[in-house]
Amino acid sequence: MRALHHKLWRDLWQLRGQSLAITAVLASGVACYLMFMSTLDSLLLSRDLYYSENRFAEIFVPIKRAPESVARRLRMIDGVDKVDTRVMAPLTIDIEGFREPVVGTVTSIPDHGEPLLNRLYLRAGRSIEQGHNDEIIISEAFAKAHAMNPGDRLGVIINGKRKQLRIVGTGGSPEFIHQLRPGGMFPDYERYGILWMGRTALANAYDMEGAFNYAVLTLTRDADEQGVIDRIDDILKPYGGIGAFAREYQPSHQFLAQELDQLENLSGLFPIIFLGVAAFLLHTVVTRLVSTQREQIAALKAFGYSNVSVSAHYLQLIMLIVLAGIVLGIAAGAWLGTLLSAIYVEYFRLPFLRFELHPLRIAQASVITIITGLLGTLAAVRAIARLKPAEAMRPVAPARYHTTLIEELGFQRLLSTPTRMILRNLGHKPVKSLMSILGIALAVGMLMTGRFQENTINYMMDVHYGLSQREDLAVGFSEATSRRALTELESLRGVDYGEPVRNVPARLRYQHREYRVYISAFEPGAIIKRLVDSDLNIVELPGDGIVLNDYLAREILHIESGQPLTVEILEGSMPIRQIPVTALIRQDLGVGAYMDLDALNRLIGDGDVISGAYLYIDEKYADEIYRHLKERPRVVGSVIRTQEIENFHRTMDESMLFWTFVATLFAVVIAVGVVYNSARITLTERSRELASLRVLGYTRGEISYILLGELALLTLVAMPPGLWFGRALCGYIASSIGNEMYRVPLVLEPATYAFAALVVLVASAVSALLVRRRLDALDLIEVLKTKD
Amino acid sequence: MIARSPHRTDTEVAFRTRGVTKVYQMGEVQVHALRGIDLELYKGEFVVLLGPSGSGKSTLLNILGGLDVPTSGTVNYEDHDLSTFREAVLTRYRREHVGFVFQFYNLIPSLTARENVALVTEIATNPMPPDEALALVNLSDRLDHFPAQLSGGEQQRVAIARAIAKRPDVLLCDEPTGALDISTGIVVLEALARVNRDLGTTTAVITHNVAIAGMADRVIRLSDGRIADIEINSSRQSPAELSW
Repeated sequence: MRALHHKLWRDLWQLRGQSLAITAVLASGVACYLMFMSTLDSLLLSRDLYYSENRFAEIFVPIKRAPESVARRLRMIDGVDKVDTRVMAPLTIDIEGFREPVVGTVTSIPDHGEPLLNRLYLRAGRSIEQGHNDEIIISEAFAKAHAMNPGDRLGVIINGKRKQLRIVGTGGSPEFIHQLRPGGMFPDYERYGILWMGRTALANAYDMEGAFNYAVLTLTRDADEQGVIDRIDDILKPYGGIGAFAREYQPSHQFLAQELDQLENLSGLFPIIFLGVAAFLLHTVVTRLVSTQREQIAALKAFGYSNVSVSAHYLQLIMLIVLAGIVLGIAAGAWLGTLLSAIYVEYFRLPFLRFELHPLRIAQASVITIITGLLGTLAAVRAIARLKPAEAMRPVAPARYHTTLIEELGFQRLLSTPTRMILRNLGHKPVKSLMSILGIALAVGMLMTGRFQENTINYMMDVHYGLSQREDLAVGFSEATSRRALTELESLRGVDYGEPVRNVPARLRYQHREYRVYISAFEPGAIIKRLVDSDLNIVELPGDGIVLNDYLAREILHIESGQPLTVEILEGSMPIRQIPVTALIRQDLGVGAYMDLDALNRLIGDGDVISGAYLYIDEKYADEIYRHLKERPRVVGSVIRTQEIENFHRTMDESMLFWTFVATLFAVVIAVGVVYNSARITLTERSRELASLRVLGYTRGEISYILLGELALLTLVAMPPGLWFGRALCGYIASSIGNEMYRVPLVLEPATYAFAALVVLVASAVSALLVRRRLDALDLIEVLKTKD
Repeated sequence: MIARSPHRTDTEVAFRTRGVTKVYQMGEVQVHALRGIDLELYKGEFVVLLGPSGSGKSTLLNILGGLDVPTSGTVNYEDHDLSTFREAVLTRYRREHVGFVFQFYNLIPSLTARENVALVTEIATNPMPPDEALALVNLSDRLDHFPAQLSGGEQQRVAIARAIAKRPDVLLCDEPTGALDISTGIVVLEALARVNRDLGTTTAVITHNVAIAGMADRVIRLSDGRIADIEINSSRQSPAELSW
């Protein structure tokens, strides 16, 4: 067998270019799979580790105010393991030199020692010390955004009272991995801060001595979660409980879970494409190899090598290529996995990353890839086994060619003889030609996914902020307040126009499904805040009834327009009413429920009040307006539209760029792999023909046309299906990543089509040129002497 | 420079070689394929090159055809210097002046007989129509057949039609009947003779087959890279008269 081994290595060396191309495609598939899987596994592992080390709660209980003694009753509930109570308060933060209003949430921690649940990790500094009422810890992201360090001072307004506080540490907690301000769509670490303060100090400032307004719990192993929640709601109803909820609805956790789900959805798609292409490439290369080595195979068999040992010889060659792909893929996957994980860690603001490339994932990838290799080469290996020695010693019968359909349609006269050769060669092996076209088309499609995110996000932002959410500035009050507050805002210099809004928390129920959401109520005919249907037409608010966005209605509640929805307001008198759904609107960002302001106020029955305002302002007076807002204690939030858009880009840009990079890289690997292999095989199949033509006086340029024209034609023909496939692929991605935060419409800009086409054309041209150089080395004398 | 033939004083010299040697490096062994060839070929003559394997006849034909260049010595076709290494010059020479006929025909399988001929006429300056070239080799009824649909002799005649369609000045044939049976070989040789006679194309044929020598104006025997002997036929036989 040693001589066969020599042959193995030499064949591999002979095929090095093509083997390398196939190895690269296989490696891309493995790398892509491992990149997604290692990222997913690492994020889950890191998150779970973070959750368990910092004792992340399982049930969250916001209430208005309850005496500390009530906590004991919570502890008594069957199935409850640990209960921790605390005070949480909204606050306004004054940062010197920062002109816009900054708001935040402050959560109490014990005066000394760590909280029982939702413990903090400290990145810098220390925890607070007992008796020092002005000490705070701020979130790491907020500290970073403003370059604040332990030792710095911070002015805040809590409950209308100004306080000077001293930062002693920076850190975070599993509760605030994703830090989203109420009313905001995307994290804004500059204008929204998370703070922790000693329980006594915060209780004093927020009038919560001996009381709490938020409880967090963990459950025993066999607890009935819904039963515990119902029991908690019963106990806390007299204290203004607005409904306990499980971890799955906790905003930060929910956000993470949804993002991780999406990652999982996408992780299978791309590796499948790569493996399909690799299987095809292996098939063509090995089939060609076997046909050029027919006589060698016959000779081996004639010498007495068995079918098994000859087949095994070729299988070894295939497996060497496959194994090289796996090894390279593991290395590339590990590298890309650390990059992608790092981006996600930054995106999620996880305090640490435990990167893990699990051996099981490597095993999965390897097995799938080996199976792909075997499937791709099955036909060729079977042909080896079937080949009879005597038969193989005879030359192959000359191939029968036919005129192509295009010629028969009467275009023959228009085609030069070399062009007819191109067409007939492609038509002679229609399956191979189709597979090459398919491979190139896949590359085009994959490239489009790289830019699709950017296109669709730009579109979503345009629709959301251009048509629907059009304010310059959104102002929120700490509690429902009279309409006079709007008049006051409108009287500020630089405020051109204002509209009232009231946002109230509510539980929506239809049949057995329910969902907690803020109902947003404004006036009919509003011009700043508008509702838009799926055709981008403006939808007027109905006098009665409620308008839902289509995702909330169809995906979450399964309700249609015209059906009655049970609305439980979680504020004030907490009324429960049946309200008909009067229209569904399109909204790509968030989930929303909308009502007429008067109708909502009538429903709640606490007068003609509002909870915020949307303003058009004159940018010239922006600083002055922000200053006023900072001084108004009842203003607890303000969202500046342009910054919201910026926040979004900051959140998404890095990951979009990364994906564009990865998709482009992988697509180029596919394009080069397919075109280069196709070119090399065409070259070996045609070298005799082309050399004959050279002898007859054809120049290098002229024979290049025949070889490269074939590739060019394949590439060009692949463009329309490629662009169509890209659109379908993006459509699939769009449909698979919809969640409560956003739905992705299928929007592709012309530039994206052009980009995909151009990259594949360039990749094809480069691969073609690599093969073109080989034409110069054609042995003209050899072809005169040998029979094909 | 125009020299006179010793036996056909009315004929101009087409090729002149002086001191042509060719050395191939085969691994670590040097192979001397040609060891100093001085030769003239005259316009319009029909030459047969005879010699055993390794005598250098193919190497000589390749050099005359502009496919290879000598290691030393000079080769001229009219005013073309064929000892040049410039690929573009040699390509143009082949394109404008030379017709090749190969032992294994080297037809393009994806093209019909007519298209195989057109392949050459499309790049030639003063070609005859492909149909006319095929008529010269008696293949007018096979114009639209693909190579796989033709017999060996028919394929070789297509190759001859392809070689002559551009009205080449020289026709170089390397074992044109090597892959054919006797009767088919005669048909092919008749086609070559007819082209030589009707078009006045200088024709050089390499062969192992001594019988073919009878149809030549001159027979050049090569042995071990040298010209062993040149024989002038007083009268040419027609291919049908040849006895194999």
